[in-house]
Parts: sequence; structure tokens; C-alpha cells
Amino acid sequence: MTKIKVAVHKFSSCDGCQLAFINMGEDLLTLAELVDIRHFAEAGMLDENAQVDIAFVEGSISTPTELARIKTIRENSRYLISIGACATSGGIQALRNLHTTNTWVEAIYAQPSYIETLDKVSAISEHVRVDFELWGCPVSSEQIIATLRGLLLGVTPKHSSEKVCMECKRAGNICTLVTQQIACLGPVTHAGCGAICPRMGRDCYACYGPANDANTAALSNRFAGFGLLPKQIAARFALFNNNHPLFKNIAHAVEEKKS
Amino acid sequence: MSEKTININIPVLARVEGEGALDLRIANNEIEHLRLRIFEPPRFFEKLLEAKHYSDVPDIVARICGICPVAYQMSAVSAFESLFALDPGEWVHRMRRLFYCGEWIESHALHIHLLAAPDFLGFENAADMSLHFPEQVKRGLRLQHAGNQILQFLGGRAVHPVGVKVGGFFHAPNLVQAKQLLGALQACLDDAQDLLVWLLSLDLPGEASDFTQVALKSEHSYDFIGRHLHTNLGFDCSIEDFATHFKETHETHSTALYSLLNSSDYLVGPLARLNLNHHLLPQPVKQLIQTYGFQLPNQNMFNSIIARGIELYFALAEAINILQNYEHTQYPSVNVKVKAGQAFGCSEAPRGILWHSYEIDDDGYVRHARIVPPTSQNQARMQADLQQGLTQFGLDRPENELRLHAEQIIRNYDPCISCATHFLNLNLARV
Repeated sequence: MTKIKVAVHKFSSCDGCQLAFINMGEDLLTLAELVDIRHFAEAGMLDENAQVDIAFVEGSISTPTELARIKTIRENSRYLISIGACATSGGIQALRNLHTTNTWVEAIYAQPSYIETLDKVSAISEHVRVDFELWGCPVSSEQIIATLRGLLLGVTPKHSSEKVCMECKRAGNICTLVTQQIACLGPVTHAGCGAICPRMGRDCYACYGPANDANTAALSNRFAGFGLLPKQIAARFALFNNNHPLFKNIAHAVEEKKS
Repeated sequence: MSEKTININIPVLARVEGEGALDLRIANNEIEHLRLRIFEPPRFFEKLLEAKHYSDVPDIVARICGICPVAYQMSAVSAFESLFALDPGEWVHRMRRLFYCGEWIESHALHIHLLAAPDFLGFENAADMSLHFPEQVKRGLRLQHAGNQILQFLGGRAVHPVGVKVGGFFHAPNLVQAKQLLGALQACLDDAQDLLVWLLSLDLPGEASDFTQVALKSEHSYDFIGRHLHTNLGFDCSIEDFATHFKETHETHSTALYSLLNSSDYLVGPLARLNLNHHLLPQPVKQLIQTYGFQLPNQNMFNSIIARGIELYFALAEAINILQNYEHTQYPSVNVKVKAGQAFGCSEAPRGILWHSYEIDDDGYVRHARIVPPTSQNQARMQADLQQGLTQFGLDRPENELRLHAEQIIRNYDPCISCATHFLNLNLARV
């Protein structure tokens, strides 16, 4: 039987989601036996234009070159999975969408005319069809293995609608929001991380992105009740998934209400 | 007149802002043009940080690099605590040291096995290498995992850990967790020693050359976080004065800035640290180096892989030492009182000094941020090394040998656009 062909591609990102593969330990060697990894630059496999069955895509689209690349990758891939906050929502760098990039280029680089960027940073799904999204900043090895194992068995991966709060309760953590009045985003965030932040007694900062039917407005009101200023509430949503419509809208709405 | 043109494209990497290429043109057996280009999409972190609260900064700067998030977090918290005149206490200092050991172990093991070693043994990648050297690769993956376990212990996860805040940690692990981790690390110490012996047995190319080196300066121990820098030329300065001596310039076709010390290129990273600070290593590590006859200081950049092996062993032994004396605390952090002003922080990321500076207002918001990562500091040195190293290697060699040698020279620096370093395409055109 021929092996399933897999590629891992990088766009604008910190490389952290690719580490979900590289940090697998010996499972990485097992993976390399199970599937035919055609392209994965950081791991040394190079064939950017290979036709593959499954493509994992890390990072957001922020330059004209990247825009062209993602289209070719889509054409060459049967099943495309975006991995991580950058690929699924634009990532932290999408904060620049709120500003004029040109002035930023000029502020950092002495020769700005050589810096080529698109006006907006965007998620992969804004440009090509995405078959499945894995959320997280970063995604974990477990998410990658579960998805890939399922696909190898012919199972279509399914999204969970669970929120961090559910994992957190099951883990037996003490609720930081209720007991300490900390602005925890667990109630509106995709499950999947294992509720690691509340486990440490700190607030969830929504690195796994907004959950389905997240009630961000109610949570914002709760934060206001704790005494947080509109600026502080908006800042909670303006982190790693700031460009997701649910978070962008609530941050905007909170700031608007203030004026 | 015959001329051969070699274009080498290295979607190199460079830490944050870094995919790149190498342009090389050889005419009449001389390098006519050589340029290391970095074109990783810029992500504008320094601007993203403006108007963010200092307390959000450690989590944001972690996202500059998935391989060394701890370095970014440590340079940032060290900067703010210095400005706020805050000492988080002995427990926090010890745990930060442990945390940093984890990152060095993870990053060095990853680089040695997955990025660098396949070069020296003639493989395309570590998966291919594992078919012939299964035990060596598995040992490397075990060590990488050991580093990651330390990061999980204090940070909840290995990539973008969540345990750090200005003033200390959010949480103190319990004694059972500490004991489990200690056992896991002790089980790997022989691996680290075997790795070093194996690295010393590799047939490494290169020869000694002369270059400036910079590392943190400490008095009593081989440190990760500090307030002073020194060089092999006898120069030293406080990190507050960094910007006076180290100047960043922007070369066209690069999205990473070049950094120069008094107009000269310089090296940061494991080899520079060992050369400058090896006298501060614990006695057992010194003993090991001596036993196997590795000479320090060492000016051959190809020995960087050995320097990483030495630091990996040091970091593992140090982590074990810290955990053997682990005590739980009810107070893993101290309270913060904000003060406006200019904050400076510096630490030794796996690839070298990582300097941060923030201007903070009265309410604790960032007005201005500047970050100088190790890869932009090494950029000018890498370029000079390529020029010299390829010439010494012999410009009349076949193109595939030239390409591999150029890749190896670049990988010696572990540029943090590691992804890109494996894409070196060489197009040879003979006119």
C-alpha cells in the first residue's frame, strides 16, 4: 500500500506549531514511518510543490509571496489543515491590521522600500478553502496525532464545541474567575489545552480561540463588574486571536461603549 | 574568460523575521558577490507591543520564537523588575535558572540532532539519519524531551509556557512533581555524557579564525540572565549602555537588522559563551571537558556543535542540582509596584544574548519597545564567515560541495530561522 503523503508548510509565524511535530519525541520517528513526509523544511524534507494527501499549514498570510504560495499549496493538497492561531485567525501579528503598516515599516526599518507586506494580516481560510482547523497558540502534539491518526483510519475529524471551563471543572481546578475575580477567558475559549492556565491559578488568555457560540458580551459585562476599564476589557480580547470576528467585534464594542 | 555564477537560495531563518537566501557569485575563482539575504515576513513585534500593559508583555514576546520563548520571557521580566526595583527572591531566581536550563537542553538537543548532525554524517534529515544511527537519534529525542519536561514543570507546556509573570511565577509545583522530574532528568545524564563523547568523535571541518565574541559577564556562575556584557577583546559594558556601543543597521533585502559592535561584526551564542565564561562552569563539567581534551577558548565555528553538547550537559547537571534541593513555596511571586522609565533586560537565549528595552509610562503601559535578538547580531558575522570559510574551502569545488559547506557554515550559528536553513538551492550557471 502506498503511504499517505504529508506536507508541513510555514507562513508568517513563530515556528511554534511545527514544534508540535518536532517535540513528539520517538513518535516523530513512528510518524515518519507511517506517512511519507514530502515537505517539512524545519525537519529537512524539501519539496514545496509536492502533491500531497494532507497539508498542515502554520502561520498567517502577510506578504504577496505568501498569498501566491498558499494558492499553489491548496491546488497541490487533497486535505488542508490550518494549525495554530496564526493560520486560523491571523495570530498576534494581526494587531497591525488596526494600524497603518507603512508607518510601522518606516519606524523599524531604515530602508522601508525593500520591505514588502500586504496591508492586512489574514487567516488561511480567507484565501483558500480549509478542510479542518486546529486551534491553539501553539497547537499540541496530541491534537496533531489525534487528527492524523483519525484521517489514516478514514475518520473525518470533528470539532468539539467544548469550552475551557469544562476541561477546567473536570480537572478539579478552583475557578479563578469566581473565587479571585480574575478576568479569565475560559468561558468563551475553545477547549483543548487542558486548562493549563487556571490550573496555575491564572487567567485563561484564549490562545485556543473563541469557542462556538461564545457569549463574549456577557463575559465582558462580568469583567466590568470586577472593575475593569473598557480599555482593559478590550485588551483581554486583543491578543493571539485578536483578528477573529468574535473577538474583534467585542473589543471594538467595548471601546465604543466607553465613548 | 570563463565565469561560473552560483545562486544559493536559503530560505533561512532567522528567529523571528527570517526566511532568506544566499547570493553567491564566483568569477575567476574569486568571490565577486556574496550576500546573505533574510526575507522572512516582518511581524512588527516592537510596534505590536506599544500601548500593551507590562503584564501582558511576557506572553506576547514569547510568540516571537516558538523554540526559545523562555528567553524572551526572561529578558522581559528581568527588564521590568530592574526598572521597578523589584527582587523576586531566591526561590524565583533558582526556578528561572531551572526554567532556562530546560530551554537550553530542548533547543540544543533539537539543533544538534534534527538540524546540524545530518550534515556531518551525510543525510538529508534526521529521519533518514535514524535509519543508520537509530540510537543516537533516539538519545537526542530523549534529551529534547527532558528539556521539554522542565518547561512543562514550571510553564504548563513546552512551547509558549504560561507560568511566568513579572515578579516571579504564577504557581509553585509540588514536591511530588519535583521528585518525578528529578528522576526523569537523572535517567538522562548518561545520555548527555554519551552525546558529548559522540560529538567529540565526529570528523568536523573548519579551522580557527579570529573574531569578536560577546556574552553576559558574571562573577560566580555560568549565568543565563545578567546586567553586564563582555567581549574577548577586554571590552565590557552594562546592558543599559548596549545601544551606545551596539548599532543596528538595515541592509536592503533583509527584514532582519544587522548589529555591529563599534563597527565590527561579532559572535554571540554557545561558542562565544564557552570561550568567555568557561572558567565559571561547575567543576564536574570542567573535568569532563578536560578528560576528553577539548581546548578552550576555541575559535573554530564548526566546533559550535560541541559547544552545544557541553552546554547541554551543563544545563542538565545544573537542573538536577537545583531539583535536588527543591522546596515548595507559598509565595512564587512578589507584588509589583509600577514605576515609569526605561527598562533594560538581557539574557542568554540558546543562540546568544537577547536584549530588550522598554519605555514604560506611569500606568505600566509600553510606550516604546526595542528587541535585539541573537540572530540579527550574528548576521554580519555569518556573512563574513561565509566569505572567508568558502574561500578556505576552495571555490573551485563542485557546486554541491560548495552548497553543503555554505549550509553548514550558516547552521553553525543555529540561525533561528531554522526552517529555512534546510532549503539551500544552488543554481550554477557557467558563462
